[in-house]
Amino acid sequence: MTKQVQQLDRVIIRFAGDSGDGMQLTGDRFTQETASFGNDLSTLPNFPAEIRAPAGTLPGVSSFQLHFADHDILTPGDAPNVLVAMNPAALKANLGDLPRGADLIVNTDEFTKRNLAKVGYATSPVEDESLSEYRVHALPLTSMTVKALEGFDISKKDAERAKNMFALGLLSWLYHRPTEGTLAFLEKKFAKKPEIMKANIAAFQAGWSYGETTEAFSVQYEIKPAEHAPGLYRNITGNVALAYGVVAAGTQSGLPVYLGSYPITPASDILHELSKHKRFGVRTFQAEDEIAAVGAALGASFGGALGVTTTSGPGLALKSETIGLAVATELPLLVIDVQRAGPSTGLPTKTEQADLLQAMHGRNGEAPVPVIAPRSPSDCFDAALEAGRIAVEYRTPVILLSDGYLANGSEPWKLPDVADLPTIEPGFAEAGQEDFQPFKRDPDTLARPWAVPGTPGLEHRIGGLEKADGSGNISYDPANHDKMVRLRQAKVDGIARDIEALEVDDPSGAARVLVLGWGGTFGAISAGVRRVRRAGHPVAQAHLRHLNPFPANTEQVLRSYDRVIVPEINLGQLALLLRGRFLVDVIGYNQVRGLPFKAEELAGVIQDVIDGE
Amino acid sequence: MNGRRALSLVPRTDAKQTLKDFKTDQEVRWCPGCGDYAILAAVQSFLPELGLRRENITFVSGIGCSSRFPYYMNTYGFHSIHGRAPAIATGLATSRPDLSVWVVTGDGDALSIGGNHLIHALRRNVNLKILLFNNRIYGLTKGQYSPTSEVGKITKSTPMGSLDAPFNPISLAIGAEGTFVARTIDSDRKHLQSVLRAAAQHEGTALVEIYQNCNIFNDGAFEPLKDAAVRDDITIRLEDGEPIVFGAERDKALRRTRTGAFEVVNVADVDPAEIVVHDASAADPSQAFALSRLDSPAFEHTPIGVFRNVDRPSYDEEMRAQMDEAVERQGQGELAALLGSGDTWRVD
Repeated sequence: MTKQVQQLDRVIIRFAGDSGDGMQLTGDRFTQETASFGNDLSTLPNFPAEIRAPAGTLPGVSSFQLHFADHDILTPGDAPNVLVAMNPAALKANLGDLPRGADLIVNTDEFTKRNLAKVGYATSPVEDESLSEYRVHALPLTSMTVKALEGFDISKKDAERAKNMFALGLLSWLYHRPTEGTLAFLEKKFAKKPEIMKANIAAFQAGWSYGETTEAFSVQYEIKPAEHAPGLYRNITGNVALAYGVVAAGTQSGLPVYLGSYPITPASDILHELSKHKRFGVRTFQAEDEIAAVGAALGASFGGALGVTTTSGPGLALKSETIGLAVATELPLLVIDVQRAGPSTGLPTKTEQADLLQAMHGRNGEAPVPVIAPRSPSDCFDAALEAGRIAVEYRTPVILLSDGYLANGSEPWKLPDVADLPTIEPGFAEAGQEDFQPFKRDPDTLARPWAVPGTPGLEHRIGGLEKADGSGNISYDPANHDKMVRLRQAKVDGIARDIEALEVDDPSGAARVLVLGWGGTFGAISAGVRRVRRAGHPVAQAHLRHLNPFPANTEQVLRSYDRVIVPEINLGQLALLLRGRFLVDVIGYNQVRGLPFKAEELAGVIQDVIDGE
Repeated sequence: MNGRRALSLVPRTDAKQTLKDFKTDQEVRWCPGCGDYAILAAVQSFLPELGLRRENITFVSGIGCSSRFPYYMNTYGFHSIHGRAPAIATGLATSRPDLSVWVVTGDGDALSIGGNHLIHALRRNVNLKILLFNNRIYGLTKGQYSPTSEVGKITKSTPMGSLDAPFNPISLAIGAEGTFVARTIDSDRKHLQSVLRAAAQHEGTALVEIYQNCNIFNDGAFEPLKDAAVRDDITIRLEDGEPIVFGAERDKALRRTRTGAFEVVNVADVDPAEIVVHDASAADPSQAFALSRLDSPAFEHTPIGVFRNVDRPSYDEEMRAQMDEAVERQGQGELAALLGSGDTWRVD
């Protein structure tokens, strides 16, 4: 039967099910298909911290949202146009986000009395009137899958488990997705279990064919590829991009990378990824705790490697003392904090930007540390490389603040030309110097020499005790301590001369209001700004990558606008720094719900400030 | 046999070295009479024997009196954070096979605040030589009890006596899968250096407990082991492969009881075949552990020497092997190929 094909410019799909239903995998495969088709896209996985919460309950719901379009997009989208709900819990947990008129694909097999009762539905919402505002497609996905797999020598349980592939096949048909990638993926994933592999492929194809033949779907949708700059692309998550950035910091500096890490959500994937890249000279060491992880990294830096440690907020707290030691000994160290909602254990799988002040100030004594934050999943690559450069060239720990949203979210990435990547100069101290002074600084950068063990004639001792300027010997002299504290501060402040200026986007030149963000909120802020501009109101936007030191022109930018809005997923940490530093009365906009901002929400905030002018 | 590996990658020198080469120009600032002086002198006069290039030796320490040690050694040195020296040294040793890495620590540093790092270094068998100066007291913070202080010890923080059951560092190290575990005494330079010699040649982590007198806060803690009148009767000098016989007259020996513990017997009263022969390289650690239990705060019998010395690949060696294998299997990494791995598409 020939179906009508409707053109769309963008779609937001959310796959939702039980933690064991494979929704992350389904979402990830749909994303890969969409990426290779050439749409622009942005994703938002959302899953519980429990590995397997009780089946069918609200805490066990896992979802994956994907926004794709024929044009450049910035966020995973505010509200889904399509919700795939694999069970009543998934429906209940996500229905509130669904705008009227949205498509709702429901797996009716799971809408049993028992499952309905688990989430407090007295009657099935599919059968009563409660879903009348939506276009409901009530489909027995599980039984259709089991039926399609009747001929296979697999258990009923394994057949049922393939229902996510049936759903993926159906959605792939519905949105004209290329399927080769998924078929190749399944062949590889189940290479050792050929019968399971064939069954999953069959379920996927059955889902596709069902779409083609059923009357339940009369329309098929087409979203044309987006216009991208020429080049080679791939889809990438923030955590993988960080791992690649760390590898690149190694190749671009010629230093072996040494990662000391302790597993922690949502940063563990960086450890997993880097552990695969030993042939780049990357050593990964899973330590006994967070403190040992950063300690080993610092020990490796002392030996001339690029020491790296990856963690999340609670781990950063544990590493504070060692980061202070890195400040005192002036050794390179890259500390990656993938922020999650706190305090304490908080919400381990949810995002937040509330570690900024910890990164800035969370150490004893005057212990300045450069802080860098990437703005998007793919930007994590550049940010890691930049952080590595500063750490090595200035002999300092650098804290990179990613977050849970960037870590697991993904977007298409135009691969950089490796030949164009910056090089990093370790500039090791050379053997044979008379009267070597381990704390005699480079006059430009104020960096001290990096003299590594094994270099004859430069034997010296470093440590956490205050050192005499120049010689590095232990010194309790009051004037020397004052001088050293100021020198370490001046070294970090001086990095402002070596980083790009804060760029302002103000196409009309008429804006009186500036929106200033940092880190992972870039997409949402940009989308909010676009909406306001489309409504005819000028607004300027700037986004900080360097939080310490701030770019040299930051104050000038702040003073160029009547009002400055600072949206943050915390209670105003950047705002506090800006006010303290520049005495500018910025307006904070703050949400801490464990979720990224929505474009519409920010557009409203910006509009309110403009209207109040 | 395993000594060949331990130092085989550390560059050697033909130049003659002396104790003086290992002294720095820094004034040594331990209290007059501290046992640390003797250990420092013993280490400085032992190192030339190894014939290693000085710049390829590194001392890493934590915090405490003993942890000032690196400042007095004319090698590379890192005075780090309380308890963390094994972790920092692990990063150094596992990334630099051309270095001989020594950790200097104390009973508080290694066994209290840094206990976790110590046991994990031991089980991993990282190439570290850990010198644990045990004076059974906190010195730098001026006299609180430590994890090796005896129960009931009156200190500034325990005016009515300490309630903590102490660690036996040798038992702990054996329990933590240590491959080289030894004990020596600050005042016996010859013995101390013999243990250092064996430790230096060991592939993997060597833990050397050094009984060290703090003459300010815990003076005389090891007096029975130093008192010429009694020391030979209570000190059991372990010699690998030799029957365990001791006493001024060499009239005492160790015999296994039915429970597997040791008992002290008169040599004259037993069949020589019943006397335990020390076997430091036994795969089963139970004999070494039983030996470690002979020690008590009252110093009835105190074994010194190498309790355990077994051959197991070091962590750093195995880490290097994986790195080499990765290159062998897939070749050197190419950044452009890595970035372009997975599903890619081209836009023209």
